[in-house]
Amino acid sequence: MGKEWGELSPDERQEALFDRWISPEGVEFASPEAEKLYKERTTRIRDAIQLKKLPDRVPVMLIPSFAPAYYSGLTPHDVMYDYDKTLEAWKKFYVDFQPDTHGGCVVPGSGKFLEILDFKLYKWPGHGVSPDTTYQCIEGEYMMADEYDAFIHNPLYYFYYTWPSRVFGALEPLQTLPPLAGLTEIYGAAGPFVPYGLPPVRAAYESLLEAGAEALKWYGTVAAFDKEMPALGFPAHQAFATKAPFDVIGDTLRGTKGIMLDIYRQPDKLLEAMEALTPMFIQIGVGAAKEAGNPLIFMPLHKGADGFLSDEQFKTFYWPTLRKVIMGLIDEGVVPYIWAEGGYNSRLEVIRDLPKGKTVWLFDQTDMARAKEMLDGIACVGGNMPMDMLSVGTAEDARDHAKRLIDICGKGGGYIMANGAFFDEVKWENLKAILDTVKEDGVYG
Amino acid sequence: MSKELVNAIAEMREQDALELARKMVEGGSDPLEILDAAREAMGVVGQRYEEGTYFLPELILSGVMLNQIAEIVKPVLAKEAEVERHGKVVIGTVEGDIHDIGKDIVVFMLDVNGFDVLDLGIDVPAEKFVEAIKEFEPQVVGLSGFLNLAFDSMRDTVESIKKAGLRDKVKIMIGGGQMSDSIRDHAGADAYGKDAMAGVSLAKEWVGSK
Repeated sequence: MGKEWGELSPDERQEALFDRWISPEGVEFASPEAEKLYKERTTRIRDAIQLKKLPDRVPVMLIPSFAPAYYSGLTPHDVMYDYDKTLEAWKKFYVDFQPDTHGGCVVPGSGKFLEILDFKLYKWPGHGVSPDTTYQCIEGEYMMADEYDAFIHNPLYYFYYTWPSRVFGALEPLQTLPPLAGLTEIYGAAGPFVPYGLPPVRAAYESLLEAGAEALKWYGTVAAFDKEMPALGFPAHQAFATKAPFDVIGDTLRGTKGIMLDIYRQPDKLLEAMEALTPMFIQIGVGAAKEAGNPLIFMPLHKGADGFLSDEQFKTFYWPTLRKVIMGLIDEGVVPYIWAEGGYNSRLEVIRDLPKGKTVWLFDQTDMARAKEMLDGIACVGGNMPMDMLSVGTAEDARDHAKRLIDICGKGGGYIMANGAFFDEVKWENLKAILDTVKEDGVYG
Repeated sequence: MSKELVNAIAEMREQDALELARKMVEGGSDPLEILDAAREAMGVVGQRYEEGTYFLPELILSGVMLNQIAEIVKPVLAKEAEVERHGKVVIGTVEGDIHDIGKDIVVFMLDVNGFDVLDLGIDVPAEKFVEAIKEFEPQVVGLSGFLNLAFDSMRDTVESIKKAGLRDKVKIMIGGGQMSDSIRDHAGADAYGKDAMAGVSLAKEWVGSK
């Protein structure tokens, strides 16, 4: 292609990123079969998303939380503290179930890294929750109600120094560091650096270096997994992830209670803060997609679900900056792959306002027939493998449910079978039943 | 003034509501009258939530207003003043799960709707529920959970209650993001509530029938 990226239209950019994903550079496929599978899977997903032509069959994606650990008889603690175990368990899971993509192996993360920096935002196996359960987020106000101005005027400073100093115990001294922005001449140049000479900040940086070494070790595993899985025929289901600005603030900055009160007590500041976040969260997605050569950027949506906000509040606070992030991504050829957690039955009308063939919407507790009806011809839909059925239902239930979804949503393409929420422990035979059903009954033509 | 206070709270006018409450206290109004007005307002809020005109922001703000009004009234509230309670509920997030935002909203809505609530907190082992039922003697038990692991935890908790011979002394409701009728069945509970007001309705129905 002779054109520079800047000269390409959003359509051409999307095509270019899909091309890179379908025909990746530097992948040594394990066998001709693996290469064939890889190309079929990526092409199938592209066709389901673009809505230009029917894929060969309904694509199927599994997006587990700690399920691969349980599947191998391991605990979340095991995999968070032994990266080799993560790699083996995650590989076994995908190879055994054979979905059309792999979801990376970043879910466990590094327990040691969290210990070194004394992470306060979550409790994790062995640190606040039992070794055989998943980690859990501790909701709270990590950004105070009176900090909107500081946040709006300098969100980068907030994310570099303020927020880490609150969620990592070892980085608390970072909040004493002044911004260096005023340092433009020689006069008093050493002044702002005095904190670096004092024990608290020095200790913080020593922790950072130790954490970095552990992070590198952990990353070696992730990189090895990301290299091996395509070679075995599995494309990655995402390049990376980004978020809706409302969730950025509502999940782990102000917390649920904080942001809900802000809607009433300081709506203008909340709106301004979300606008300030928008370019940053577009860039997170665009940068990652371009680097990975994969157009799919995951966006889990949390606090705009049915019941959380009124229609008016959704349209005023949640949707505008979410839509800006989505459109910013689409403009750069990225495909926002949006996971609308909870119910989105009352939001379907609003989210229709998007260009055709540019987004994927996975649903959790939304009426799939209605979702298909509302988004037909606009977006690819998916999801709704319900947790209760996977956990306590029978394989027969799972099979029937999958068949129903294929019948309702698979018509005309534009549908991906996927789970609607993260899953840890489920009945493995139910998962297998769903995959078998898609491969048998999800074929088009 | 009471009527104005009810309206101010029900319409989410925080500053108006707090100012009115302060004025009423300064003017020598009966503190119980003020609290009753606040509760009446909560009833309106609850109803609007059920009707689908109020949502989470309104539940949370009304709760915060109520707490602030309770603080304003506290200095003049006679120690012996007993607010009438028409039922008792034990509630907690089941073992292994530490999610509590939803549970806290349910606790709060039960409280303002006249229930005496014992909140056992999070990651509550089955035995603790059993102990609490023996000592507190509730009519209703609420089990909250969000993760997949909560499904079995709920079942184990109900089993423990059964084993202690207490199952027919209480009605058990479950709630949480992934809860459903199948999980209710799996756990052996009496009902599941899909949101805070459903929990309140269930509790009212069960207590009313005793």
